[in-house]
Amino acid sequence: MTKTDIYGVMAEFDNPTALVNAARAAREKGFRKLDAYTPFPIEELTDALHLHKNKLPLIVLVGGIIGGILGYLLQYYVTVWHFPLNIDGKPLHSWPSYIVITFEMTVLCAGLSAVFGLLALCGLPQPYHPTFNVPRFALASRNRFFLCIEATDPLFDRKHTSEFLETLEPKEVSEVAH
Amino acid sequence: MMAQMLNFEIPQDLARDLKQWRTRIGAVGVIALALTLLGALIGPPGQFFRSYLWSYVLFLGVSLGCLAWLMMQYLTGGAWGVVIRRPAEAAARTLPLLALLFIPIVIGVPTLYSWSHANIVAADPVLQHKSMYLNFPFFLGRAVFYFLGWLFCSWYLNRWSENEDRTASPVAHQKMAALAGPGVLFWGVSVTFMSIDWVMSLEPHWFSTMYGLLFIAGQGLSSMAFLIALLVLLSQYEPMSRILTHRHLHDLGKLLLAAVMVWAYFSFSQFLIIWTGNLPEEIPFYLRRLTGGWWWLALLLVVGHFALPFALLLSRDLKRNFKLISRIAIFILFMRAVDIYWQAAPDTTNGVFAPSWMDLTAFIGIGGIWLAYFLTNLAQRPLMPLHDPHLEEALEHGRE
Repeated sequence: MTKTDIYGVMAEFDNPTALVNAARAAREKGFRKLDAYTPFPIEELTDALHLHKNKLPLIVLVGGIIGGILGYLLQYYVTVWHFPLNIDGKPLHSWPSYIVITFEMTVLCAGLSAVFGLLALCGLPQPYHPTFNVPRFALASRNRFFLCIEATDPLFDRKHTSEFLETLEPKEVSEVAH
Repeated sequence: MMAQMLNFEIPQDLARDLKQWRTRIGAVGVIALALTLLGALIGPPGQFFRSYLWSYVLFLGVSLGCLAWLMMQYLTGGAWGVVIRRPAEAAARTLPLLALLFIPIVIGVPTLYSWSHANIVAADPVLQHKSMYLNFPFFLGRAVFYFLGWLFCSWYLNRWSENEDRTASPVAHQKMAALAGPGVLFWGVSVTFMSIDWVMSLEPHWFSTMYGLLFIAGQGLSSMAFLIALLVLLSQYEPMSRILTHRHLHDLGKLLLAAVMVWAYFSFSQFLIIWTGNLPEEIPFYLRRLTGGWWWLALLLVVGHFALPFALLLSRDLKRNFKLISRIAIFILFMRAVDIYWQAAPDTTNGVFAPSWMDLTAFIGIGGIWLAYFLTNLAQRPLMPLHDPHLEEALEHGRE
């Protein structure tokens, strides 16, 4: 019985409360490599799975700062260095007039970092994922809630983990093939 | 379920402490205001009114902002709205006191506003042109109108809320929600004109269409900071200690951050437009406020009113930390005082940077009396609305 035979085991629930409780129970039991799949966002799940700490805020912050600097330098380059024009008798380096575009570039780059950072951290695009080997998994985008404990978890044991999931009163427990 | 387990009445220890704070703060306020009045007799002429005006506008802003948040939460719903309802109602009930405290400003009109002097107006074509609007009877009539509207909203919202507590009837909530829509609209329009009348017309030649929005954002910010600081203070006692969760503070903290950003956005927009235009009738406002001591206050505002709170409030953990968020809220309240002083004071001293001891005593005086009256109001009712339709939801918010 080796760990790598399968991707993991998956339990199906028919309501979000049962899923959140199951996720909490699995965390308490010591499982760390687990993920949940739901048709709509469930805020409690984020707490239950301890998903709050991730790198996305840092990526967005760095993206925003880079965007701001680029926006400012772009205007500096254009108005001071490349095409200096006396406008209204104001100094060439008139920073107040740069602020709006600097701000917009900050927002733009922070937004793009959020989108692409999210995709990257989620490992997307991903043409193949083992969870889809479970036939009923298609319901995850309709009205069913899934919790998957992955085989890479140190505590994972094909038999015992399945039995543990059975105790959480799921509708069904199935093994996820690679 | 939770609502039945909790008793929202103010317990004895909190009632005792509220009374003690009220007496102490009230006493300090009365003494400070008495000193300010003494200054009116022996101090430099006119200084009393100059100091009184900006302090008054600051604390009126806290009350009106609370009234606005109260109406807003009837429109939007949300757990944050249920936990601020009682403090916001209590702050709205201080408006009769503020109407009374407006009397010194009426007396001070000739000292504060140059447009009130017939000879100055006669010699100035611009002021002649504006005299249809800027004249004493109309000024007074408008002030009465604003106060009637604010008192109307505050009176009915409190009356119906009390009714809801007593009868548990859902009709009260519908009525409050129905008043809240037009009420918020009235608040926006009246605060715009209030800021024009009482602060902008200190320099009657100057105008800015952004000005009212600056005060609207400022009031929203002052009052949200006040409510956060107060809730954290109350959370040291039953029943708030069992009601307030980090999720409530997180939501209120987000609103605080939004208000900081809106204020900064309006402030900079006004500056950018006037700086770019560089017109002789507009630019003196900033020339005056960016020289001498005013320059340092302006710098303090950029850092303390925007950059620092903005950077700190971005943090999720900080917004959920009771102690830290309340410290930031108190800091922001002081920055609000600096902002209003920077807005209002330069035009009353003809641009001279001359803070007076009376600025401090008027601030403590009006603030102390206002706060004491607020605490009296707060102690009158249970700390949570007993039959708010969203009460249960609000109590469950952020609980495991």
